Amino acid sequence: MTAPEPYAGVTTHTPVRHHILSVLVENKAGVLARIAGLFARRGFNIYSLAVAPAEGHARFSRVTIVVDAESAPLEQIVGQLNKLVNVVDIKDLAPRDALERELLLATLPVDDGNRAAVLEVVANAAASIVDVNATSLSVVLAGTPHACDLLERALEGFSDVELQRTGRVALPRLTQTESL
Amino acid sequence: MELTGAQALIKSLEHEGVDTIFGLPGGAILPVYDPILDSPIRHILVRHEQGAGHMAEGYALASGRAGVAMVTSGPGATNIVTPIANAHMDSTPLVVVTGQVATASIGSDAFQECDITGITMGITKHNFLVQSAHDIPRAVAAAFHLATTGRPGPVLIDLPKDVAQSTMQWWYPSSVEELDLPGYQPASSIDGDALDRAVALIAASERPVLYVGGGTLKSRASAQLRAFVDRVRIPVVTTLMARGALPDSHEMNLGMPGMHGVYAAVTAMQKCDLLIALGARFDDRVTGQISSFAAGAKVIHVDVDPAEFHKVRRADVALQCDVATALGALDAAGAEPANLDVWWKEIRNWQERYPLVYDDPRPEGPLRPQHVIEAIAAKAPPGTIVAAGVGQHQMWASQHWRFEEPGTWINSGGAGTMGFGVPAAIGAKVAQPGRTVWCIDGDGCFQMTAQELTTARAEGIPIKVAILNNAYLGMVRQWQEMFYEERYSEVYLDADLPDYVKWAEAMGCVGLRARTLEEMHDVIERANEIDDVPVVIDFRTDASEKVFPMVASGASNDDIMVHPRQRSAAS
Repeated sequence: MTAPEPYAGVTTHTPVRHHILSVLVENKAGVLARIAGLFARRGFNIYSLAVAPAEGHARFSRVTIVVDAESAPLEQIVGQLNKLVNVVDIKDLAPRDALERELLLATLPVDDGNRAAVLEVVANAAASIVDVNATSLSVVLAGTPHACDLLERALEGFSDVELQRTGRVALPRLTQTESL
Repeated sequence: MELTGAQALIKSLEHEGVDTIFGLPGGAILPVYDPILDSPIRHILVRHEQGAGHMAEGYALASGRAGVAMVTSGPGATNIVTPIANAHMDSTPLVVVTGQVATASIGSDAFQECDITGITMGITKHNFLVQSAHDIPRAVAAAFHLATTGRPGPVLIDLPKDVAQSTMQWWYPSSVEELDLPGYQPASSIDGDALDRAVALIAASERPVLYVGGGTLKSRASAQLRAFVDRVRIPVVTTLMARGALPDSHEMNLGMPGMHGVYAAVTAMQKCDLLIALGARFDDRVTGQISSFAAGAKVIHVDVDPAEFHKVRRADVALQCDVATALGALDAAGAEPANLDVWWKEIRNWQERYPLVYDDPRPEGPLRPQHVIEAIAAKAPPGTIVAAGVGQHQMWASQHWRFEEPGTWINSGGAGTMGFGVPAAIGAKVAQPGRTVWCIDGDGCFQMTAQELTTARAEGIPIKVAILNNAYLGMVRQWQEMFYEERYSEVYLDADLPDYVKWAEAMGCVGLRARTLEEMHDVIERANEIDDVPVVIDFRTDASEKVFPMVASGASNDDIMVHPRQRSAAS
């Protein structure tokens, strides 16, 4: 049995006009609530959000927010975000200027009937198998959001897949494209 | 020096130059009320926490300094949420201290616990939950710094009871760096390139308008505005938040724009080729339908808050600085428009054709509300401060009072908070005890916060309140008459219930009533003779009076409805 045909339609996990905001915030109680509350009350859409302590500082965290720039003008989102007193710095990364990575974890049942197909999908995606027992296996992929999209789409062909993505983190590319 | 957190809080407020706290004690804030007895700070005991908040706002707007309010946890804190939201909408500097349950009880649904920092996140410039007594001075200093710099606004300090009871070694931050606000840089500088483009736009303009907003008053730019206007002779409109920024007697001042604006002010904005917005935020009550608002105009937008740029209207030039700085820079750069004689001729024609009018008063009454306001103004000493609630009376006060100085008009703009008038007037009188303070109120508004007149009497704050009593929630009635086929739903209040004179007397104030023209002049005279206790006057006004001009909600400012008398004259 071969792997089922991937879903033919375009499943994009990212809004058409998305932007990545890399936001340095003070590591204080309630900061995430302030950011989430601001987005909610101003009607800005968050596509994904990742938080972690920033570059060796105990004082600061970096919040990487993928925003839907269709929901509001980007300058308005950045302007309002900048007014939060706990927000120290905002880097606005256009997708082409950003180095983006995301983590995908998936667990799915395997048997003799589908094992080969699963392994092929994992191999093609350059994902790794990180856990396995008699009836299931778990795979991980750390890659571009696009690579995670492709793997997620390929795994949709199997049944009972449990899948989780982290949302992306991003840094500016060292070589920036010339703005036109 | 070892102090309790409570002592440190009061000492910190003293350090910030606070002379008055408006507040009401309760369980969680109890420790802080003890050192108040030993402090030179005057505490004004309100009858409801909402009163404390609006008084602090009135104090701030009349003094230019941050107003301070202090309440307890839970319901004390939620009762002051409305004034906080109001101050946030109108960029009024406010520092609110709330008691909180002890840190160990936070999150346990303790008695009178509520998450006030969570509740006020979206309506404060910032808020703090203080975790240790050592941090109190920094929180207070940071609160005042945040509240009064950049775009001003309300800041809340939530103080758990155990933090107030624990001890600390006294210190006080001596510099902004010690405030630990790495994300807050309100300093602004003018972008020279943008300034050049602004000067070029002004030079190319034949029909400019200065759209003066509340930020002009916040940056204390009135004198500079006047000098600038005298030089460039550009027509000025002063928004509801900016009344008094340029004297109404100034020949270049067209008055208030917007939904109930003066015809010439509204129309000059619609027809202008350059709109110079000074600390104004293109509020929907000013613009009407946004797509047709000043459609042929280029826009220069001056604001200290860059998030206001392009939020509602795309600016051709954005100058991120306060109004005073911008006017100084424009002056230094020699900004000057072309000859405006043709433009002024057009504007003078609008002013002559469509001045503010109302029907002639009748000697036997009911009184015309506009006439009552003009009669009070005629007998008011220069520098009189006017506070208002929200509704028809507020619009008439803004239209018919002649404001000659900054800080003399105190009202709730963005939030539209009914009941703002009485407590705000009390706060203003505390800030400016030498000035006469009138509250022009509606009967609906008065009933929301009137109990603070007890506070005013007890604390010796002799304000004067004019209730324009038309027995209705008048503005809602006006909309129901005009847009809901005169189907009056839940707007009738009854002019005699309550009896406002008796109510005033019960609160220790002088209560007066006027139904006829003669009585109107009499009671104003009597009110002006009283300066030791608050006075409340029940003016019986005509319920059918409507505020004109009017632009219907969502309609274009081109479709402004003038007073019916002017409509028949025009056709």
